[in-house]
Amino acid sequence: MGKRSVIPYGPQHPVLPEPIHLDLVLEDEKIVDVLPSIGFIHRGLEKLTEKRDFNQMVYVTERVCGICSFGHGYGYCDTVEHIMNIEVPDRAKFLRTIWFELSRLHSHLLWAGLMADAFGFENLFYQCWRVREKVLDVIELTTGGRVIFSVNKVGGVLKDITPEMQKAILEMLDYVEKETKVLEKTFMNDYTVQSRMKGVGVLTKEQAHALGCAGPFARASGIATDMRMRGYAAYGELDMEPIISNDGDCYGRCEVRIGEIYQSIDLIRQAIDKLPDGELAAVVKGNPNGEYFMRIEQPRGEADYYIKGNGTPNLDRMRVRTPTFANLAGLCEVLKGADYADVGILAVTIDPCISCTER
Amino acid sequence: MYKITRSPWVMHYDGSSCNGCDIEVLACLTPVYDAERFGIINTGDPLQADILLITGGINTQNAPVVKQLYDQMADPKVVVAVGVCACTGGVFKDCYNILGGADQVIPVDVYVPGCAARPQAIIDGIVKGIGVFQERLEKMEKGESLTDNKKAEETAESEDK
Amino acid sequence: MTATEGKNEIIAIEPGELSVKAMEMKSKGLRLSQACAAWLRKEEKLELSYSFVDDETYDMFNVRISLDNDKRDTEIASISDIFPYAAFYENEMRELFGANIKVINLDLHNKLYRIEEETPFVPKKEGQN
Repeated sequence: MGKRSVIPYGPQHPVLPEPIHLDLVLEDEKIVDVLPSIGFIHRGLEKLTEKRDFNQMVYVTERVCGICSFGHGYGYCDTVEHIMNIEVPDRAKFLRTIWFELSRLHSHLLWAGLMADAFGFENLFYQCWRVREKVLDVIELTTGGRVIFSVNKVGGVLKDITPEMQKAILEMLDYVEKETKVLEKTFMNDYTVQSRMKGVGVLTKEQAHALGCAGPFARASGIATDMRMRGYAAYGELDMEPIISNDGDCYGRCEVRIGEIYQSIDLIRQAIDKLPDGELAAVVKGNPNGEYFMRIEQPRGEADYYIKGNGTPNLDRMRVRTPTFANLAGLCEVLKGADYADVGILAVTIDPCISCTER
Repeated sequence: MYKITRSPWVMHYDGSSCNGCDIEVLACLTPVYDAERFGIINTGDPLQADILLITGGINTQNAPVVKQLYDQMADPKVVVAVGVCACTGGVFKDCYNILGGADQVIPVDVYVPGCAARPQAIIDGIVKGIGVFQERLEKMEKGESLTDNKKAEETAESEDK
Repeated sequence: MTATEGKNEIIAIEPGELSVKAMEMKSKGLRLSQACAAWLRKEEKLELSYSFVDDETYDMFNVRISLDNDKRDTEIASISDIFPYAAFYENEMRELFGANIKVINLDLHNKLYRIEEETPFVPKKEGQN
């Protein structure tokens, strides 16, 4: 048995911009145990329901996380709409789907860049972020915001996507698809990149299920679960299959996320093709009274929303269970037995969003 | 020493932000906005950093972390608060675990508003920060003490007593 | 694609039945999706919800324990032996809402978020300090 030592990781760390603290117990170069401690970003925004009414909470919920901001706003609105039995117009459903997929597109490209940065491929990092800026340009064109776009409200959406904007989106998709094919070659075929990812942090299907993993992290281990298959928003009318990989290592997770970039491009094209005419929002009357559990697929995985209303404008409880919270147990498991040098890659590989986790 | 303002090194710390400003800070450093054309380099090491970019509000747990990072930076140093949360607490001001903006624990020189702050605004903030940095540098070379630090020393002394 | 929305049921149980129910869910191959507590201000009730989901059929079963104000200290056995990752959720429920969950396998002693504000966020009972 080698010498045991404890190395702290974070909260300020060059690889991960977000603060999470891990106590890594090392035996020589191998990690034998991990103790995560969270709470650096805990704000307690779930308790703001006591001070803000349910319409104002949309904007608070969007700021659970700046990367999957649209998804959180959508999840909240959809849950309240279920409680209040509001029938959202079809056009609003399709518009939400388009924006949801645009945010997934920018989130996955962002992850790809951070991953490249984690294994020290600075050029690839810059290339990924250069392509991502095109997606942000389109988001800015359609909503006015770059990362937090606040177009959701209870009952529908606030803005419309005009035919000119649709044209701009389609042009952007062609560009991103072309560029992603180039990036994919490096991620999937490059020898040095493969040597950092193949066989690193393997999580089997059984382990992933036993640890309750969600999203691309679980799909890379062969669990074919994707909440979009539940058909919320307009996903029920679009054609898609969950993308899975059976490797269960970092390479598999990369493969799944790059596959999902193409999938998002395909879904946006389908949604623009089928975009119906009609109203943007339904009329909202009264206050929510009741409860509902909702699950949606965020870029990082499955997110749960639970809302309990009591007939007053202030909700009794608003709870968001975010994908990284579910994947934390999986992260601790893949870190055990890994080399110390791989900690950065493994931490990025679950696509962590700490501000989601702690809210 | 004279030309240090041509290449200030920035360090980014995420207080309790929602990530929106963090990715905009990173977007600043990547192509399209490319703040590196001003010689700015992103570093993870507080000992080598000249400018501290802080995003998000301060809560009870990260207050000592922020304080420590600031203390580890060598003089002269500049703090830029990016985003409305780092300025005042923003949308989370009423949350039970938020103490307020970054100026609750460290002196802030430049405030960049916005939720999320746009890259143009962040670059503007950094450039303003370089101006403050230049002033402090000149003061230090003349042998004058930096007022902020003097204040900090006084408070530290009074705390010791 | 065939959209399968899946069931979304709420199953009310007594506090003592939780372990049995969790075992039943585990044997069916379900996954613990989330667990949360809620304090109902109007009715003065503490509610604990454990959600179990099926990854293939997208069904969701929410097991609900409802505790009146005078019974909210009722001991609840942790399910972290059955679902190890439940520990995070249970620590959160105990820290923020004062649910009396016993024997969590990774017991953080109300220090998950390390907040300074006084917790739990439920109104104090008479005679409590």
